Amino acid sequence: MGSPDPAGSDAGATDRELMSAADVSRTIARIAHQIIEKTALDGPDGPRVVLLGIPTRGVTLATRLARNIAEFSGAEVAHGALDITLYRDDLMSKPPRALAATSIPEGGIDGALVVLVDDVLYSGRSVRSALDALRDLGRPRAVQLAVLVDRGHRELPIRADYVGKNVPTSRAENVKVRLTENDGHDGVRIAPYGGPAR
Amino acid sequence: MKHLLAAADLTREDATGILDNADRFREALLGREVKKLPTLRGRTIITMFYENSTRTRVSFEVAGKWMSADVINVSSSGSSVSKGESLRDTALTLRAAGADALIVRHPASGAAQQLAQWTLDEDGGPSVINAGDGTHEHPTQALLDALTIRQRLGGVEGKRVVIVGDVLHSRVARSNVALLHTLGAEVVLVAPPTLLPVGVEGWPVTVSNDLDAELPLADAVLMLRVQAERMNGGFFPSSREYSVRYGLSEKRQVQLADHAVVLHPGPMLRGMEIAYSVADSSQSAVLQQVSNGVHIRMAVLFQLLVGSEEGAISA
Repeated sequence: MGSPDPAGSDAGATDRELMSAADVSRTIARIAHQIIEKTALDGPDGPRVVLLGIPTRGVTLATRLARNIAEFSGAEVAHGALDITLYRDDLMSKPPRALAATSIPEGGIDGALVVLVDDVLYSGRSVRSALDALRDLGRPRAVQLAVLVDRGHRELPIRADYVGKNVPTSRAENVKVRLTENDGHDGVRIAPYGGPAR
Repeated sequence: MKHLLAAADLTREDATGILDNADRFREALLGREVKKLPTLRGRTIITMFYENSTRTRVSFEVAGKWMSADVINVSSSGSSVSKGESLRDTALTLRAAGADALIVRHPASGAAQQLAQWTLDEDGGPSVINAGDGTHEHPTQALLDALTIRQRLGGVEGKRVVIVGDVLHSRVARSNVALLHTLGAEVVLVAPPTLLPVGVEGWPVTVSNDLDAELPLADAVLMLRVQAERMNGGFFPSSREYSVRYGLSEKRQVQLADHAVVLHPGPMLRGMEIAYSVADSSQSAVLQQVSNGVHIRMAVLFQLLVGSEEGAISA
């Protein structure tokens, strides 16, 4: 990311671990179980479930959830990525960004039960953008939301169906999710903030 | 980035960022029923075409519309230009009418640059995109050519690109030489000596007039259209002689490596610089270039019209 971390170890009092590597994998496994139970996807009339991750780390989470679900239930669920950059409501106030890949699994999302997957739920604006993007892609039977961390401060009437961990935070704090595939290790930390949230 | 006036202005990071985003736009629209993104809603884009165009004008219009911008086309016939209004007055009028971007094609080299200066105001004025100015530059064409080469060959760096034909009158050649050099490709120009510009020895290219010697070594061949409308003298003895020496015939195509790709910016003069069968062969990327043109122009509009003023591409 290249963002400097000037506070460093001096700010140790406020920079603390929320979830260890073991917590992260246990939590993802728990969400996978909840998705299986709530959607009954392994049942005889189970819905076609599509996990769509919001880049960057939501995509990684969706991939891991799909792996866990296959392991626990034997059912293969499709997973992909949904970049929301082009649907953001803050495009005009931020510098242009590099777009991330979108990959919709074969068969599309029409009639499917789509589970959006993101790392942190904060204002809810990313989720709203994702819902807007979904509407242009097709008509899912239903849309659910899974997040690793819900840190509160919602600005829109949006809630998650699956929450790994609820964390009360201040707006001056930043929740950083780190995943091995993206960052080399698993873990969630909270730290004083450097800039506005994504 | 405020304007896109010349491929020569692009850094490697700028150019790569635009190419990457163009690929993303392609993916984002792949197989979609509703080809509409809300990204530029409420933005007004005006195209000003003082020269004829099919591909460039249409692809800018499609790009803008797919991103929900309002696109308005002004051409020299059918507007006050035909009553004698100057380029400057037309541009100021369009700025006053609320243009966020002006896309300009003009027979005079430097027209886009002039326009950007004229329309500058305290809020910065509209973004100006050069869609071809005289024999100077056509940056979005170079970007879409680079994207096509990257898609077909897996990269641009280190590739040998042979540009053949009327280099003298070609803004496509100038933009491509600049951009391909920036991206690390090796560029060879093949042209009759009469169709090479003065000062070509200062360009980062090698020059040859033996097409047959260059074809076997090429990773990509870019055929240029012979621009009769810009020629006011005898640059070569006859069309037939030009075609025999510099045309990409079926016989010549055989000399190309299997992986080599044939590009043409269009409009093609089949039978002149490129044979019918070559243009339609699987080695030809002509229609892929057109699709890429839409995605490149989406990426350029995104880069120029989205966000706050000082915006480099950042992850």
